[in-house]
Amino acid sequence: MTQPAPGLKATPLNAAHRKLGARMVDFGGWDMPVQYSGILEEHHAVRNSVGLFDVSHMGEIEIHGPDAFALIDSVTTNAVAKLNIGQAHYSGLLYEHGGFVDDILVHKVADDHYFICVNASNQEKDFEHIAKANKLNATVDFASDRYAQLAIQGPKGLATLQKLTATDLAPIQYYHFADGLVSGTPARIARTGYTGEDGFEIYIAPSEADRIWYEILDAGAEFGIKPCGLGARNTLRLESKMALYGHEIHASITPYEADLGWIVKLDKGDFTGKAALASQKQQGVTRKLAGFQMTGRGIGRDGYEVYVDGAPAGWVSSGGPSPTLGKNIGLCYLPSGKAKPGQQIQIMIRNQPVEAVTVPTPFYKRAK
Amino acid sequence: MYPANFHFTKEHEWVSVEGGIGVVGISDHAQKELGDIVYVDLPKVGAHLEQGKNLGSVESVKAVSDIYAPVSGEVVEVNPLLSTAPEKLNDDPHGDAWLVKIKLSSPDEIKSLLSAEDYQKYLGAE
Repeated sequence: MTQPAPGLKATPLNAAHRKLGARMVDFGGWDMPVQYSGILEEHHAVRNSVGLFDVSHMGEIEIHGPDAFALIDSVTTNAVAKLNIGQAHYSGLLYEHGGFVDDILVHKVADDHYFICVNASNQEKDFEHIAKANKLNATVDFASDRYAQLAIQGPKGLATLQKLTATDLAPIQYYHFADGLVSGTPARIARTGYTGEDGFEIYIAPSEADRIWYEILDAGAEFGIKPCGLGARNTLRLESKMALYGHEIHASITPYEADLGWIVKLDKGDFTGKAALASQKQQGVTRKLAGFQMTGRGIGRDGYEVYVDGAPAGWVSSGGPSPTLGKNIGLCYLPSGKAKPGQQIQIMIRNQPVEAVTVPTPFYKRAK
Repeated sequence: MYPANFHFTKEHEWVSVEGGIGVVGISDHAQKELGDIVYVDLPKVGAHLEQGKNLGSVESVKAVSDIYAPVSGEVVEVNPLLSTAPEKLNDDPHGDAWLVKIKLSSPDEIKSLLSAEDYQKYLGAE
């Protein structure tokens, strides 16, 4: 089969994935590779060397104009005023009640130009949300069709990508970016990622994606680069405790509950959701995200029920094996008083309670 | 590739019978579909299994898959290898990584299963 599955959206790399023998799945309406050689092998490649991901399903929204700052600052939780040109930050796009519309990356390209990377399945919703809030002198541009996005992740990510660009990558700090050329094509080169490893995400024209994908694989060949699918992307981000929309965060979860208070800046100007968050901060949250590790035999997975002292107390938002640690780990929502590390919990696995304990997070942190 | 003395289910389990004891496993096709196997949940010795009903589960990094008993009977042995080395299921699903041995209560049930040749055809058509 060399055609995308019917009814699904495809990235410009769909044919490349099929040629490389990827197993394709329906990921939120997108025909995406879940794995090539195997999730464990791909996971270890990123932790130990370098892996290449097609994340072109992600959406892009650009804000231009004299009031670009005012608009983006009024719809997101983080302090956009703190961003320098060439810097990016993680932020929340919230409803008035404080729940997540989406979690996003905001890049400051210029004083009057911000570039936002959003989740694939939320892109239309995010665009409408921001456009509706725009009563200022700014334009909100749905730009997803203009960008393919590749993630080059792992300790050898820099050495791999450096072969294809004259932009000096080493001085680009974490959560900063530079505009340059990758293999002759204009690229936004950001030192960001969703793996907990050093690496880059590049935004390029979709028409160039196929060629550059193979050039990156060639450039990384000496490091044993692996094309990586969404399976490894998920195990990598879980070990690093990075939130996944629809799991750790969604419309009825606030940043404080999701342990993302660090992206909320109540001391900046007004923003959508601020009043609800201020009140929740004052009263304290009733439930909170916690990391856990299985101590009994079994794997606590997404959606499984969590018990404390024999009674239902919460749910697993994401769970599975940690290839790096060789343990079964996960994230779960618990009553605030039970969410500190060291709490004994039970996870209901096929109607059987299996022992687990809450632990500090992230589960994995790379050596600097 | 699929041993001629094995009988298969459409859910990708196999059984080979000798002296009234059936050795049960999952097929090479099943392990490939699952990907990296990280956990295997099996019944205890003495458990009674019914053909087509749940026997246990096999978990890959990504997902949980139920395993169904290809034949009815009592579990007389559980493969100890799989609790410590579930990844063996990826390496040797037709050999060392069998799941359980069952003392068949209705040996005629075998007739309802697919031969190796028919299973191969079934995979081709699936």
